[in-house]
Amino acid sequence: MPSPDSKPAHVGAKPATQRAAATRATERPWQGRIPLLLAVPAAVALLFLLLPLAGLVIRAPWTEARTVLAGAGALQALKLSLITATVSVIIVLLVGVPLAWILARPNLRAASLLRALITIPLVLPPVVGGVALFTVLGRTGLIGRPLYRLTGFAFPFTPYAVILAQVFVALPFLVLSVEGALRASDRRYEEAASTLGARPVTIIRRITLPLIGPGIAAGAVLAWARALGEFGATITFAGNFPGTTRTMPLEVYLALETDPGSALLLSVLLLGVSVAVLALLRERWVSRW
Amino acid sequence: MVAELSADLGVQRGGFALDLELEITGGEVVALLGPNGAGKSTALRALAGLLPITSGQISVGGRLVADAAADIHRAPHERPVGVVFQDYLLFPHLTVLDNVAFGPIVRGLNKAEARQRAASLLARVGIADLAKSKPSAISGGQAQRVALARALATEPRLLLLDEPLAALDAKTHLLVRGEVRRHLADFSGATLLVTHDPIDASVLADRLIVIEHGRVVQQGTPQEVARRPRTDYVARLVGLNLLAGTGRGHRVLLPSGGSVELAEPVSGDVYVAFRPAAVSLFVQRPDGTPRNMWAGSIAALEPHGEGVRVEIAEVPDRRSSILAEITPSAVADLGLRLGSEVWAAVKASDIEVYSSSAADL
Repeated sequence: MPSPDSKPAHVGAKPATQRAAATRATERPWQGRIPLLLAVPAAVALLFLLLPLAGLVIRAPWTEARTVLAGAGALQALKLSLITATVSVIIVLLVGVPLAWILARPNLRAASLLRALITIPLVLPPVVGGVALFTVLGRTGLIGRPLYRLTGFAFPFTPYAVILAQVFVALPFLVLSVEGALRASDRRYEEAASTLGARPVTIIRRITLPLIGPGIAAGAVLAWARALGEFGATITFAGNFPGTTRTMPLEVYLALETDPGSALLLSVLLLGVSVAVLALLRERWVSRW
Repeated sequence: MVAELSADLGVQRGGFALDLELEITGGEVVALLGPNGAGKSTALRALAGLLPITSGQISVGGRLVADAAADIHRAPHERPVGVVFQDYLLFPHLTVLDNVAFGPIVRGLNKAEARQRAASLLARVGIADLAKSKPSAISGGQAQRVALARALATEPRLLLLDEPLAALDAKTHLLVRGEVRRHLADFSGATLLVTHDPIDASVLADRLIVIEHGRVVQQGTPQEVARRPRTDYVARLVGLNLLAGTGRGHRVLLPSGGSVELAEPVSGDVYVAFRPAAVSLFVQRPDGTPRNMWAGSIAALEPHGEGVRVEIAEVPDRRSSILAEITPSAVADLGLRLGSEVWAAVKASDIEVYSSSAADL
């Protein structure tokens, strides 16, 4: 049993440390410990995102890498994917930036309706998008039929169909991103430029576009990534022909049925390409001023 | 001398109406002074072409740039007008040099010449060494100079400055004010300066125009305006007590009963102005001879410079109050507190009286 005189000292010490901790916490409220209530789900989320990627890298049969990647199918698919995704992003930029521009006009009444319409492809299952494209641009589609009659050309089973499918799913990403950048940017720079003698077109080219550059870049990266990963609309609308419409995601899906090892390797390759492009563009644009 | 700016500005927006006539000659600096919401920025934006006028017309450098009746509204880029914005709005993606060269380039000068002109302007405002910096890397005072150089680079006939010193800290403010004054003196076009700071206006401008609720309430040289305010707003700005009344011999009768005794006889509608420092305070009615002696109670006490500003309520009549400025030791000696009853005395010879008729505006 402890001596009676040691007890009060011990009891007295405890509130003192508690008080000190309380003072510290109020002085710097955001430097305290992260509450468990947040830390646990946050850790789960992080693990959930990273674990599959780690699994991909760990389980990939690296010894077979040379043969799989040298195979005609993989390189062909990668090339097709990179080309179509890049062409898609160029198209997306050419038509998406002007659309975002019009949406961001402060006095446009129909803006919220238009924005809702643009968001639809974003939330639509890609397969449905593919079917929708097919009904319009397929050989017997609303536009596809007269087009085929006049020119003998039909989109399905061509790389152009792959690009159309990618543009369809990627465009909303860019439009919403650029529109957000335009809304967040200080439009008074444009006024300043006009008082200096700049015409509207000059203002767009020399002031507005450079100012929202990071927003455009971010939107373009998102759109490119979305286009690169596009599967559902592509396989529905464009088909699955090696060399013309079989992009990397399609190749991965097919490989998974016949040769899971090569599917893993192709996935890692796709992952690597995406991360590399993201890193490259971050360096180049995101921290420009 | 022919006016560089000649404008009859009418802007009607919702419940607000601006109605302002402006004539500014080359080399003249005019300050547009007024409280928030008086229409200063509206006037500036209308002159720059950023806001259409709804009546009247604007001529700059002898050229008609806006005429509401004829539905002529030249765009900002078609007007020989330069603007220095309140927060400067330097383009963040361009260097200081390219900011200044922007105007000449978009107005058709070739790049080399434009850069040369920009460099010499930067040298003139004393920041040639910052030419390659980005606006985010320079101080507020430096940004102010860049903004001025940028506005001057297009060789405008009218220079508009929107609260040019408001964004600066006290020390830089003083320094930059002197510089801006020097650069404006070199500028051959007309300058209109928008400000709510009467000292900036007095230092920088040859002439003040005070607007309230979209209308001119007073104009004149800084000295005239400072000596003879015509509205409560101006009186507060220049730090004077202002009363309005009717002259009857050596006395001004105030609308709600009180009166002010004068040294000279006056007649008609007049303003009465006197400095807070001319007001003496007593706890008991003094035996001396000041003509004006009013009893009131203290409504506010606050430090002002090295002295103390005392607001005395219900003086000289029930509906007005006056300010007195006394030393902190006097406050202590008299034992003044909020609500204290005091006698306020003003010598007749310290009082300025002038006609309030609108014809003298």
